[in-house]
Amino acid sequence: MTMRPVKRKIEAEKKSESSDKSSVKVAPDGPAVINESGIEIKSVYTAEDVERTGGVDRSLPGEPPFTRGIHAEMYRKRPWTMRQYTGFANAADTNERFQYLIKNGQTGLNVAFDLPTQCGYDSDAPEASGEVGRVGMAVDSLRDFEIAFEGIDLDKITVSLTINGSAAILIAMYLAMAEKRSYDLKGLRGTAQNDILKEFIGRGTWIFPVEPSMKLVADTVEYCAANALKYSPVSVCGYHIRESGANPAQEMGYAFCIAKAYIDDVLKRGLDIDEFAGRLSFNFNIFGNLFEQVAKFRAARRLWGKIILEDYGAKNPKSGWLRMIAGGGGSGLTIQQPENNIVRGAYYALIGALSGAQTMALCCYDEAYTIPSPKAQHISLRTMQLLVEEIGLADTVDPLAGSYYVETLTNQMEQEMVKAMKEVNAQGGIVQAVAEGRIQEQVSIQAYQHQRKLESGEFHKVGVNCYVDEDEEAPDVELHPYDEKDAESQIISLQEVRKTRDNSQVENTLARLKTDAQVDKNVMPALIEAVKAYATVGEMTNVMIEVYGRYQEPIRF
Amino acid sequence: MKNKIKILMAKPGLDGHDVGAKVVVQGLKAAGFEVIYLGLRQTPERIAEAAKEHNVDVIGISVLSGAHLTICNKLRNLLSAKGLNDKFWMVGGNIPLADRDKLRDLGFDGVFPTGTLLDEISNTIREKLQ
Repeated sequence: MTMRPVKRKIEAEKKSESSDKSSVKVAPDGPAVINESGIEIKSVYTAEDVERTGGVDRSLPGEPPFTRGIHAEMYRKRPWTMRQYTGFANAADTNERFQYLIKNGQTGLNVAFDLPTQCGYDSDAPEASGEVGRVGMAVDSLRDFEIAFEGIDLDKITVSLTINGSAAILIAMYLAMAEKRSYDLKGLRGTAQNDILKEFIGRGTWIFPVEPSMKLVADTVEYCAANALKYSPVSVCGYHIRESGANPAQEMGYAFCIAKAYIDDVLKRGLDIDEFAGRLSFNFNIFGNLFEQVAKFRAARRLWGKIILEDYGAKNPKSGWLRMIAGGGGSGLTIQQPENNIVRGAYYALIGALSGAQTMALCCYDEAYTIPSPKAQHISLRTMQLLVEEIGLADTVDPLAGSYYVETLTNQMEQEMVKAMKEVNAQGGIVQAVAEGRIQEQVSIQAYQHQRKLESGEFHKVGVNCYVDEDEEAPDVELHPYDEKDAESQIISLQEVRKTRDNSQVENTLARLKTDAQVDKNVMPALIEAVKAYATVGEMTNVMIEVYGRYQEPIRF
Repeated sequence: MKNKIKILMAKPGLDGHDVGAKVVVQGLKAAGFEVIYLGLRQTPERIAEAAKEHNVDVIGISVLSGAHLTICNKLRNLLSAKGLNDKFWMVGGNIPLADRDKLRDLGFDGVFPTGTLLDEISNTIREKLQ
């Protein structure tokens, strides 16, 4: 994860004294403060500010448009799910780490996959060389899933798969594994990230061109709506868009444009909004200014509630729930004075809790320079548990409601999000804007501007450009030990699978996959069939590439 | 006046974290260099070909997955085979201290770990090439 510290625009005092005062907006008692989303922050807020910006939302938690929370009782009934991002090397190692986290009270699993798996290559493909098992678990066939989840009760633990380009295949694998272990798919819970549009904006694990990629997302949503009703097939990620340079209002605005694009595609297939909207979930970032973040989440819940219930006319209030995992914050962390990241992480967790996130995955203090160590993971988990057990964050819902500041900012953040959405629409909508590389360009320019402001000291970052410890030596960057032998053994077990499976059955299922893709059928049934025959991720991906082609990245520099 | 220094930038391998690479591309352009950015998923072969084809002075790659040694090893052989040893090679990303000398030994004289200032990169290039 790249380091992208918090932006807090503070006009340097020096500047407001020496430069033309008329051009600098000065608050009564100090320099102007503008939050990252571009909203000027006053030194004091009153009831008038709330009224001027749209008034107080009188809805209760659990009531549309859900400004105050999607559940009436929120953490009082059940604290947020704590789900740390885990997964490395091979399925057996990953299984061991899963068991460790569950034993320590973690209630959900968040699976990381290696890059070949994410990009649709088998472990023995030339493109996979040097990457097998490096940033997550290597998955070639159903066999790897069977090993990774052995002994884990899929009814008790919710599993989140961080997978996008090859998501349809991995979802098929998860469903096939659950089915083989005799779970009823109708009751199976879990999430797949499966947000391909944001992969084109940031993160980059795309495979197919934009249009067929959108089709695959709709395939998974349609399939799950009919067969695995409680499974969340898509988690729309403002998170990575923010990491790529978007401000908090854009993070939400762009994510909503993306979610709407998926919804529109599924509606075209004849499904009713209430058949699937309630299973869409979101993934958002929590680093930054506490009040801006809390207002962001309150505003986003309200805006999403209105979009689904009013614009799309959903009848079931639950369809309008902004269900989210909030977390990370890796971009707020620094390599310098890394212990400060433990404190940053605690503040980010506080932000998540004050914002009413249902699930949290908190960054680890060593994340700025390494894959989190078990100790760092432990501290992150305890940080969240402390908030629940000792600090009182689970006692009352939406505790900042009614604050003049937070209510005003909530109203203003909503307006900024709507503005960001309108800007995307003016570019022909999110699908076109992404296909042409426009959003990528926009966030990249902002990331560059941010870097400049960080280097000039305009954005303050403790340990980086202020309160620097002069005698601090830059801590070494540690990478998770990478053993070529792990990759070799993964390749051996892949070859073993290829030898022992029924290869004619694999060929038949792959042929069906190709036909279904060619005639534009939903490919999920064919994928599940191929997965059960132990077809590999690379084999299935290649068949689909034959039909859909490969994405070509638009470079706008 | 001497022609602008020409830089090729690319993201090799499967790593999709391109925020840093794109920031550096913009920084180098602002510093007055001509920059060709190839984008994500570039193979070492493609990078070497492009370096030859565009006759660049500097070849830069960004790797955040930790695969920098594997990739730089491959790229070194390909660049050498194309007679591009006299060009300035640079690499940026999550690079542990122990790997920095190894990368320099491979011929990557510019090693820029995450957190490097933009000006440091452009100053190093100027020093080496002017």
